[in-house]
Amino acid sequence: MKADVGAPVGTPVVKTGAGEFLRLPPITAKIGGAAEYVVIPAGALLASLVLFGIFVALFGKNPLDLYFYMYQGAFGTWFSWQNTLTRAAPLILTALCTALPAQLGMVIIGGEGALLIGALCATSAALAMAGAPPLVVDTAMAVAGMIGGGLWIMLSGALRQYRGVNETISSLLLVYIALAILNFLVEGPMRDPTSLNKPSTPEIGTANMIGSIPGTDVHWGFMFGVIAAVLSYILIYHTVFGFAARVAGGNLRAARVVGLSVGKLILIVCFLAGAAAGLAGMFEVAAVQGRTNANLAAGYGFAGILVAFLARQNPLAVIPVAILLGGIGASGGLLQRRLGLPDASVLVLEGMIFVMVLASDTLYGRLSIFRAKGA
Amino acid sequence: MADPGNIGLWTVPLAVLGGAVRVSTPFLFVSLGECITERSGRINLGLEGTLVMGAMAGYGISYLTGSPWIGVLAAGVTGAGMGALHAGICGLPRVNDIAVGIALMLFGVGLAFYLGKPLIEPTAPRLPAIDFGWWSDIPQLRAALRINVLFIIGVLLAPVLVWALRTTRWGLIIRTAGESSDAALAMGYSVNIIRLRATMFGGFLAGIGGSFLSLYYPGSWNEGLSSGQGITAVALVIFARWNPMLCLAASLLFGGAAALGPALQSVGYSHGYHLFNAAPYILTLLIMIATCSPKRTLIGAPAELSITR
Repeated sequence: MKADVGAPVGTPVVKTGAGEFLRLPPITAKIGGAAEYVVIPAGALLASLVLFGIFVALFGKNPLDLYFYMYQGAFGTWFSWQNTLTRAAPLILTALCTALPAQLGMVIIGGEGALLIGALCATSAALAMAGAPPLVVDTAMAVAGMIGGGLWIMLSGALRQYRGVNETISSLLLVYIALAILNFLVEGPMRDPTSLNKPSTPEIGTANMIGSIPGTDVHWGFMFGVIAAVLSYILIYHTVFGFAARVAGGNLRAARVVGLSVGKLILIVCFLAGAAAGLAGMFEVAAVQGRTNANLAAGYGFAGILVAFLARQNPLAVIPVAILLGGIGASGGLLQRRLGLPDASVLVLEGMIFVMVLASDTLYGRLSIFRAKGA
Repeated sequence: MADPGNIGLWTVPLAVLGGAVRVSTPFLFVSLGECITERSGRINLGLEGTLVMGAMAGYGISYLTGSPWIGVLAAGVTGAGMGALHAGICGLPRVNDIAVGIALMLFGVGLAFYLGKPLIEPTAPRLPAIDFGWWSDIPQLRAALRINVLFIIGVLLAPVLVWALRTTRWGLIIRTAGESSDAALAMGYSVNIIRLRATMFGGFLAGIGGSFLSLYYPGSWNEGLSSGQGITAVALVIFARWNPMLCLAASLLFGGAAALGPALQSVGYSHGYHLFNAAPYILTLLIMIATCSPKRTLIGAPAELSITR
């Protein structure tokens, strides 16, 4: 479990399994290594785009049209750029939900659950504070959403630490439990009696809705996502806390020997991770939906896992990757209209990218061009 | 009693019993398959995707050929293909099997939704059931005793797998690969090929489990067909201590838990219906909390398994 998911590949990896052995980086790893982190994921991305082109060609669509409309829908116009950035906002935050625990060697895939719980908590806070000034309501919503989401993922971390329960499975089970709680509440105790077709909670009120970044249609959630990612990066790479977390992620036994409180690290990091996803849920309510209903389970939490892995769990790299994935999501509508592709085609492409990126893990340190460069 | 259908609250345990048999079948197939995969030392978290792919392929082929059994076979072959993909990628050095599982879970679900789009409308021939309740007048009991053939196959498969793991040559090779890849290597076997076959077998069974969903219960293809049965079944293998017979028992338990919500609804108690739907997940979590321990590895866990290391 504590394998090489979180640790940057290229650093020494010690495993005991078959065919694995102590692998020290070549002396030139610094130059070659940095380029590798960009070239290999980019190559995997290109390969999956080609594969997806072949896939749609099998269904009689022209792959060149596909690429054109994908570009058009994602980055072709100012309108599509705004759509892309709006979708990137929750992706940055849910990706942090996977990327932060990954520093500790944990694979958390329950960002969707934390997003839903965060949305529920934020909505409850807004409904409870109806009538207060909008700034107060929005602050309360953000705090409630972050605490709700944070505790949700912290539960997975605590189960891992104190009961040895695998955090990957527990966090995914918690997604389904969160969805059940959401459905229960919006169809029962929290239901707005006027929402007939789609059971929903009452609206949080137009005054409390969070607006757009001036000059755009992109809501403030994107800005907060970027800030959260930068803060996470500073926390992980430029603070003692982050250093301790990376030590614990690299070698648990060494961390214990030097007296790090691993349990505390796990709980805090998981809380922060869940808080990020919870904030994503809060913004989906306060800036997009205006209320909580089943629409919130739009898969941002699952796409966030892909973003985190494609960004190699680096919080800064999460930002451009989230924009890229947001673009793929944004182009889905155009692909449906112009090429008649099913809406699931975005999911297929995302799955292909995910598989290719993971398979490309095997290439690190093995491509001769990177070795030859400094040798 | 004039009306044999009027059995009052007895409806609930009967519905839970019938539901346990019906709902447990996908759990049973996925967990038996995953059991073999994990005994070879690899975990395949992608079975959720395999399950949905199997459901889609089974439904589609059953619709095209008119024979649900060919559909079941196609679902199994599709699942084996997904398993081969997982094993093939994991066979590369320095690739993490858990991450690949997550990727294939998303990929499988996406691909099934894509390919299954034209299958939402048409109706495919469904799998037959055997009526074991012919002797009874009570409709609820008869409903509970209508048992699908796949369930019976699954029940028979469990002891066969226990026997095969314990006594056959193949069972020994799989267990060796799971306990010590070095030992398997020393015996002259390729660990990757053993795990490839074990993962394909696991995928085959998971695909069949998926075909049960679309061809028997609930018995149609739509995008909300599977909600976590695949991943619950993976967790269930841990609870069952990698023993196929315990997988059978655990599947029945989970099937019963999943049937509780609909059973209560059938007697008019629909309050908190969605919370009862979460029962299998909560039960899984509680069982994992109760049985795992941070201090020792689980009894019966294959030593090579990354989830227990």
